[in-house]
Amino acid sequence: MPTTTSAPVENATTATSAGASPRRQTWRDRLSRWDLKLSPYLYIAPFFLVFAIIGLYPMLYTGYLSFFSWPAYGSEVGPWVGWDNYAHVLGDSVFRKAFWNTMGIFLLSSVPQIIVATILAALLDTRLRGRTLWRMSILLPFVVAPAASAMIFGAIFADGTGLINQTLDGFGLSKVPWHADRFASWTAIATMVNWRWTGYNALIILAAMQAIPRDLYEAADIDGASKVKQFFHVTLPSIRPTMIFVIVTSTIGGLQIFTEPRIFDTNLRFQGGSDFQYTTLTMYVFNTAQTTTNPYPRAAAAAWVLFLIIVGIALINFLVTRAVQRRSLR
Amino acid sequence: MTRRPGFLVYGLLVAFLLGSAFPLYWSFVIGSVTRQRAIQAPPPLIPGGHFFDNAARVLDRIDFWSALLNSIIVSGISAVSVVLFSTLAGYSFAKLRFRGSQVGMIFVVATMAVPTQLALVPMLKQFSNLGLTGTLPAVILPWMVTAFGVFFMRQYLVDAIPDELIDAARVDGASMIRTFWTVAIPAARPAMAILALFTFMQVWTDFMWPLIVLQGSDVQTLQTALDALKVAPGQGHADMALVQAGTILATVPLLLLFIATGRHLVSGIMQGAVKG
Repeated sequence: MPTTTSAPVENATTATSAGASPRRQTWRDRLSRWDLKLSPYLYIAPFFLVFAIIGLYPMLYTGYLSFFSWPAYGSEVGPWVGWDNYAHVLGDSVFRKAFWNTMGIFLLSSVPQIIVATILAALLDTRLRGRTLWRMSILLPFVVAPAASAMIFGAIFADGTGLINQTLDGFGLSKVPWHADRFASWTAIATMVNWRWTGYNALIILAAMQAIPRDLYEAADIDGASKVKQFFHVTLPSIRPTMIFVIVTSTIGGLQIFTEPRIFDTNLRFQGGSDFQYTTLTMYVFNTAQTTTNPYPRAAAAAWVLFLIIVGIALINFLVTRAVQRRSLR
Repeated sequence: MTRRPGFLVYGLLVAFLLGSAFPLYWSFVIGSVTRQRAIQAPPPLIPGGHFFDNAARVLDRIDFWSALLNSIIVSGISAVSVVLFSTLAGYSFAKLRFRGSQVGMIFVVATMAVPTQLALVPMLKQFSNLGLTGTLPAVILPWMVTAFGVFFMRQYLVDAIPDELIDAARVDGASMIRTFWTVAIPAARPAMAILALFTFMQVWTDFMWPLIVLQGSDVQTLQTALDALKVAPGQGHADMALVQAGTILATVPLLLLFIATGRHLVSGIMQGAVKG
């Protein structure tokens, strides 16, 4: 290779072009410096502005409201009541029910979903024919809106004339009270969530699997490790960050579930079952805002409690997942 | 190289696909039989010939076309707005040096974990004070720019734009916004398309916010109109054929979008995850 000494770069002439007065030059310099300094802030401003209006201010106002009383038809915020609204919410048996329902539905919808999604991803992480088509097809339920999927499964799980109960009946088995029984209603609602999100999460996990260096598998092959063994000792440890990501995001989403149980409810009061057997925390916030005594402050207190629950559980999730995965690495 | 997957892998995948396609298929079956047949035992498993009758009844019962138009308007405007503002902010965070950029980015990511319920009550109050309840702007405003969008664009642009390109444009004397226009936008195009698609779908399928802010008005989105179909006066769940026909009608637009752009949706999900 002949080394060519590159010709000295022609100095960008710093001489001011004739005719431009030095004073105008500095003015333009200043403009350009402002442009350089201010533009970055200008570009991120829209996000922060919108967030201030629809996120930060309402959040703080929700916090403020939760310490006051405010009768349903009052135009003004009433007197300060301290922690009363929180005491009411935490002491409300419906709230406690909503808490356990949310936990139950969340577990039934996230645990099986993540396990199935991981298996699906492992199946897709092979040399399939028509890869893109397979990936697209597992995403099909994702384009059905939650409201629509709740309508579809509402018909499948309908008590009298639903597909499942009709089929059970046809075989001479007893029908399942999908709405009346607590656990059955949780299962029905969790099914809607699982149906929509499993393929989506499988693709996220698949992306992480694709990034694992293939020579790790080749080495395992040479060591005579079976495919199953490889999955537990090579695949799973390598996709840890993604697993944490998927688990935490499905936690944040799962604890806010609203659309599915609300549409699943065939009663026009939408309270989440005759005995609140499948009302969720978000439904509780929503419904509290429409009650007669202190609707807004109580809803605000409930919303803050929900927020703290979500943050707490997401954090626990994160730490547990990290610890479990750490141990499996040893 | 590993061997090609065997029968077992394909078999399991096919089983999963059939299982996940079935609810949609069955919804179409129920939507295509008569109202009486829909609730008779044994449940129908083969489509009947009444889909268009049922669809006509749906159009009779709810203002389907205006709800469809509203959904298109709301999702379209939100998608454009999210893409524009997210690309600007993402570019700034990814490529420009300024004081506080790290803190700002951490803040953006942190807001992704804030549940919308926290803002519901005051937002509803704000909007009703402004006389915006029951209008489309009220549905759109919360979707003007999303934390996810900013985060997604930043992740993409960090690697997509070589610093030399920006420096070169600057040396040529291009202003900041011109640099953004001539360097960032062309590089960001693929990610912009994916983000537009995602936002469109997100807004299209949103239910809670339009339900609250459009309550009791005759302006509805497709999702809230669907909800109204279910609670037809004195019907309960009896008219399953009507409800399922409506569900299929409401799902068709997104299905078409999916057939046209599913490939990008897949790569978008997989890209957003690798770096996440």
